This record gives sequence, structure tokens and C-alpha cells, in this order.
Amino acid sequence: MAVTGILLVLFLIAHMIGNLKIFFGPADFDHYAHWLRTIGAPVLPEDWYLWGQRVLLGAALVAHIWAAAVLARRARAARPVRYVHRPKVQVSYAARTMRWGGVIIALFVVYHLLDLTTGDLNPVADQRRPYANVVADFAPERWWVTLIYVIGIVTLGFHLRHGMFSALRSLGQQTPRGERRARSAALVFAVALCAGYLVVPFAVLAGLVG
Amino acid sequence: MNLTLRIWRQKGPDDPGRMVTYPVTDVSPDMSFLEMLDVLNEQLTLAGDDPVAFDHDCREGICGACGMVINGVAHGPEKATTVCQLHMRHFSDGDTIDIEPWRAKAFPVIKDLVVDRGALDRIIAAGGYITAPTGSAPEAHSQLVRKADADAAFESAACIGCGACVAACPNGSATLFLAAKVTHLSLLPQGQPERMTRVVGMVDAHDAAGFGGCTNIGECSAVCPKEIPLSTIGRLNRDYLRATRERSGTPGT
Repeated sequence: MAVTGILLVLFLIAHMIGNLKIFFGPADFDHYAHWLRTIGAPVLPEDWYLWGQRVLLGAALVAHIWAAAVLARRARAARPVRYVHRPKVQVSYAARTMRWGGVIIALFVVYHLLDLTTGDLNPVADQRRPYANVVADFAPERWWVTLIYVIGIVTLGFHLRHGMFSALRSLGQQTPRGERRARSAALVFAVALCAGYLVVPFAVLAGLVG
Repeated sequence: MNLTLRIWRQKGPDDPGRMVTYPVTDVSPDMSFLEMLDVLNEQLTLAGDDPVAFDHDCREGICGACGMVINGVAHGPEKATTVCQLHMRHFSDGDTIDIEPWRAKAFPVIKDLVVDRGALDRIIAAGGYITAPTGSAPEAHSQLVRKADADAAFESAACIGCGACVAACPNGSATLFLAAKVTHLSLLPQGQPERMTRVVGMVDAHDAAGFGGCTNIGECSAVCPKEIPLSTIGRLNRDYLRATRERSGTPGT
């Protein structure tokens, strides 16, 4: 869980920084998007690096979901008779919602790929003009798209809040003081990542990017 | 105080079991929770009914024998308190209290609130020991231990093996127990010779017993009557990672 999660988080950071290029205008953003297809050139043919990264991330995602499924099945088997009286988990909302949150994030990723990668759900759907795709996506009259992104990203934020701490613990974080630091770092990181992703749709919605 | 108790009654391992409601009257707020159950059992015995079976021994909070889930919380509502040290003053007149046994596949119910915690013993047997020299006690200063290590080891050594961590864990995992035992021994010089085989053997015994996997939620530490810190699980993970990296960590090599 920890290793595959960290791989996915590294991608999330790079993806967020790339998204923020939108504030430099259409030419810069489209140029950046095109560069993603030509990384490694001229050694690698066009799109090879991109496909390599997709394969790696896909494998990490499958391994992440597989490990989660194994843990969930073991948990179910470990308590065949349930408690009659069971209050909600007292420690953390983020920890309690890891599994269903993960399902929501997976559905969101599918929607996101259909929207801004394949373009099937995008009103412009022009691979050469990603800036136009994004601006059309988050237009005020398509407010529900923004809503889907907000739900997806906030769920991701909660997932990361527990996930980042849990990954550090799995890899051997071992002192109480370090635990407080790891929990704070996970919270700050989750909030920063949410803000970095959500600023794009809200900037379009507010007319700052258009 | 007058209370309504809803208690899990199960005649034996093969009985499906059910919640049964009992009224208890004239409970003193100074009674411990177990004394309140003693009063109920006297009433039941006088009425010719089967008394409620529950584990208990020292009633001082140090043996780890007692334990039940009260209103969904292992050892009841007081923090850092075993059920024998929980007093009725923490409840109110007219309360309905749900009492259930520890629920885990690895802890089969023997009768009513008594479960078989032999799985924890099997984890200990897989490595929770040191090769101690026999004979007279060695000079205490012959082996120096850093104060920070001694404190952390002692914190873990406080584990009484009651099983509340398992009862509270949404995954049905005994990782806090496992981590306390591994940490206790591997922080001290006496625990070093078996350090790597210990962690591998005990984790394997834990998984083989049918406990779930840890997802670092922290319910265990929240209910632990000895307040074993969640960070001990990090020490366990670190030892396990090291043991599985080094060939010497594999038993039999």
C-alpha cells in the first residue's frame, strides 16, 4: 500500500504543478501539454515516455487496489460475527473512509480520463488545445462538472491525509513525536494538494482564466 | 441506580447466541462494573437461571483477564481503564448498557462473554521470549540500557494481553499487541539475539491465527487500558522490514 501509494502521490505532485501552468496563459499551457508527449525526444519516439509513465502508474494503481482488497477481505474474515452495538470509529474520519473514499476516487479518475484525456465527455475535445478543453469544462453553465471535481479532489484530500501518515508508519516511522510530525505533514500536504488542484476549476468559474 | 443490561448470551461455541435483556436494581455507584455483574449473577442464581459467564481475576487492572465490549467500546467508556476498574458512577440511573464479548475469528466465544484468547499465546510462543541464562540474577549494571530505550521498552512491557486492541480494531487485527511484545524485547540488549527471527515468527503466527491486517487507524491505542502508543507499530514495521531484508532474519538460515 505504502510504496504504490507513494508512487501515485509523486505523480499527483507533478500533475498539480503542471496544472498550475494554466495561469501563464493558453500558449504556455498548450506548449507544456505538448512537451509531455515529447519527453525523451529525440532518443524516444513521440508518446513513448508518456506511455511508459501510464503503464507504471497503471501498475501501481492496480497493485494499490489489490493490496486494499486483500486487507478488506482479511478484515471481513477476521470478524465473522459483528457487534450489535458499534459506534463509529472514534479516531479519524479520514481513516474511516479510506475504502469507500478509494472507490469514489477510482470512479473520479475514470471520469477525469474520459473528460480531459480521451475527450469523450468534453465539449471541445481537441487534444491539440488542452487550454480550451479546460476552460470549456469548468464554464459556469456546466457547474456540475466543477462539483464532480470538487467531490473527487476533496475525497482525495481525506484519502491522502490518512494515507500519507499510514505510509510513513508502514515504512517504519516509530516515535510518538515523529508521529505528531507525520500527521501534521500529511494534513498540510493534503490541504496544499487540494488547494493546488481546486484553484484551476474555480479560477475558470470566476472568470480569472478564460 | 436502576439499569437495563442487554447481554450477549451464548451457551457454548456452537450456539449462535443472542442479546438478552436483564433489569438490575439498587446498583451502588461505588461498585465496579464486575461487581454489578456479580449482583446480576446472584439474582440469576437465586432465580434458578444460568449466571452470565465472564473472565476476571485480579480485579486490579493488571492481569488482563477481564474484558468486554460495553456500548460498543472495549473496556467501556473510561480511557486507560480495564473493565474491573470501571465504576458504576460513570453511568446514570436508567441507562441501558449493551455488553458483548470480544469479537474476532481468532477469539472464539467459549460461553457468554468468555472468549478463547489462546491465539495471543500462540503469537508469544512464536518468538515473544529471550534466551535467558539460568542461575542467579545477573548484576543489574552489567548491561547498560539507554534511558530512552528503557522507557520505551517499559511502556510496551505494560501490555497485559487483554485483547482489547483486537476487539476495537475495525480490521480485527492484533497488531498493537504484536507490536508491544516485539518492541518490548527488541529495544533491550537481552532481546537482540532473536530480534530478527522473533519479528518474522510472531507476524507469521499473528496472520496464521486469522487476525486482520493493520491499516493504522488507531482504535486499538484509543481503548488500550495500558495506553500502548500507536507508534510501537512503527517499530514493529521497521524491525519486520529489516528482518525480511536480511537473510539472517529467515528462520532456519
